Amino acid sequence: MSEENGTRGMRFDLQVISSWIEPGSRVLDLGCGHGDLLYALQQEKQVHGVGIEADEEKAAFCIGRGLTVLHENFNEDALSYPHHYFDYCVLSQTLQQVYEPDKLILRLLEIGTKIIVSFPNFSHWRVRMQLLCTGVAPKNDHLPYEWYNTPNIRVITIKDFKKFIRTINATVVKEAALNSRKNERFGRIIHFLPDWRATYGIFLLEDGGGNRSGAGKEVLGVSRGSFKAQHTGEKES
Amino acid sequence: MSDPRQYFTFADNGEPLELDCGRSFGPVTLAYETWGRLNKKKSNVILILHAFSGDSHVASHEDADLQANGPGWWEAMVGPGKGIDTDKYFVLCVNILGSCSGSTGPSSINPETGKPYGLDFPVVTIGDMVKAQKKLIDFLGISKLYAVVGGSVGGMQVLQWCIRYPEMVRAAIPLATTMRHSALCIAFNEVARQAIMTDPKWRQGKYPEDDPPELGLAVARMIGHITYLSDEAMHRKFGRRLQERDDLSFRFESDFQVESYLNYQGTKFVRRFDANSLLYITKASDYFDLNKEGDRAINLLAGTVTKFLVISFTSDWLYPTYQSRELVQALKRNGCDVSFCEIHADCGHDAFLLPDERLINLISGFLNGVENDE
Repeated sequence: MSEENGTRGMRFDLQVISSWIEPGSRVLDLGCGHGDLLYALQQEKQVHGVGIEADEEKAAFCIGRGLTVLHENFNEDALSYPHHYFDYCVLSQTLQQVYEPDKLILRLLEIGTKIIVSFPNFSHWRVRMQLLCTGVAPKNDHLPYEWYNTPNIRVITIKDFKKFIRTINATVVKEAALNSRKNERFGRIIHFLPDWRATYGIFLLEDGGGNRSGAGKEVLGVSRGSFKAQHTGEKES
Repeated sequence: MSDPRQYFTFADNGEPLELDCGRSFGPVTLAYETWGRLNKKKSNVILILHAFSGDSHVASHEDADLQANGPGWWEAMVGPGKGIDTDKYFVLCVNILGSCSGSTGPSSINPETGKPYGLDFPVVTIGDMVKAQKKLIDFLGISKLYAVVGGSVGGMQVLQWCIRYPEMVRAAIPLATTMRHSALCIAFNEVARQAIMTDPKWRQGKYPEDDPPELGLAVARMIGHITYLSDEAMHRKFGRRLQERDDLSFRFESDFQVESYLNYQGTKFVRRFDANSLLYITKASDYFDLNKEGDRAINLLAGTVTKFLVISFTSDWLYPTYQSRELVQALKRNGCDVSFCEIHADCGHDAFLLPDERLINLISGFLNGVENDE
């Protein structure tokens, strides 16, 4: 438990996420890591935060800094909360490590009024060029692993995610495409050609209402009772 | 060597203690020890609740005349600058009702007969133990507990405290425990009890102080020790190593180190523990069930302000992690502020008592966080 960890600046995408969250709200952070987002939200916005973290050391670190955190995988029990219990469910740079991301997002739309999802954009031009020119699985600051040891088992692009949102009939309340280096505190929002130029996508979603759940279920063949998503990641991307 | 314990007696001429079994009981004496200083507002009290065979001696004392009492059962955790910092907190630990380390139990003298209670002692529950502790807390003029902390049977008392006196408990740390005793635990306890009760020296609980059912009690303790360890820990500690011999004896002696260890633990225990107390305390833990059909006491925690930290250990097969998770689920369902951590440890149920930096940091950090909320 170093001081450094307790006071370090937040990742740029977490800063954006934080700015989207209303003060005093109830927030669930899935895969909360060392709890930087929850800690900032608690200090600056008086939110009631709960974190879920699969790694023992990280969960213990969070609890040690006064956060409410459960050392769990994202299983059915861990996500058993009443309907819209949270104002926000945050899934920051975790979606790409989840075994059943579709089911997880549907579940989060049930327990959270709004959900915030951020993920590394796999259609960044450097990634495209690497694959095109070298023919091997891309590796960079954001995706530093080999194909055989990466915790990032899902390859997501901003376009893919938008298509998915339409499929489940959820509503995009806000979105941002941004460019930042791995774990860096600084970054910028990308407006021009985000699908090519952004390293991360962040989306604020809410339940599309009406026929959403029906449509989502049909298209994905998801029975919500059978949700068994496992968080595979031990590593932070 | 001075006695570090203080004694508080109640229900002697006034109101008796009303027990869960329906009996009114008294007088009751509780032995307790304290560390650190009670602040002016009496707001820095941490009540530590000991496990089944524990006592009030959690840690050593700094006072010169009390030092000779030696280290306590949670020496690594409790003391100046430690996880539960006695420079900051006023720490209190009470020997449980029914035990034999200073508090009233079956080996205490029944004032009506002038003899030990034996089986005339009422069957007490975890709730009764907590009720008695509350009398002491009231007597000390303490209206709020900064935290209640305890492992195993101590963890059951932690939960019972939160349920019975929710407005008094700011934070709770139940470790290596459960909200209901499982069939496995009841089974082990029953074997331990039978070991004692089938010892001819037990004499329906009316054994003289100088001739207790030593063999039965030692066997009971050996069973206990097996359940406190784990397959991994036993393998690491003993393996198949032989005890002070090069070859198998082909006789019924202690060939293996593990046998010798258990025999030693059993014999040692006989010197400090009362056989009847073991019967009563195991019974109390067997009766413990906060999720009982028709009652579901755990739901009384709905809306409580108590902040919880539930801790389990990977190799604890007496109170496995799934039972802590059940507790966490129940607390979540009731809207409680609950954190949970499963600590990777190969030493079984005993892990909560062993020095472990991770556990110490977890507890001290959590306790600090509670302070920040105030």
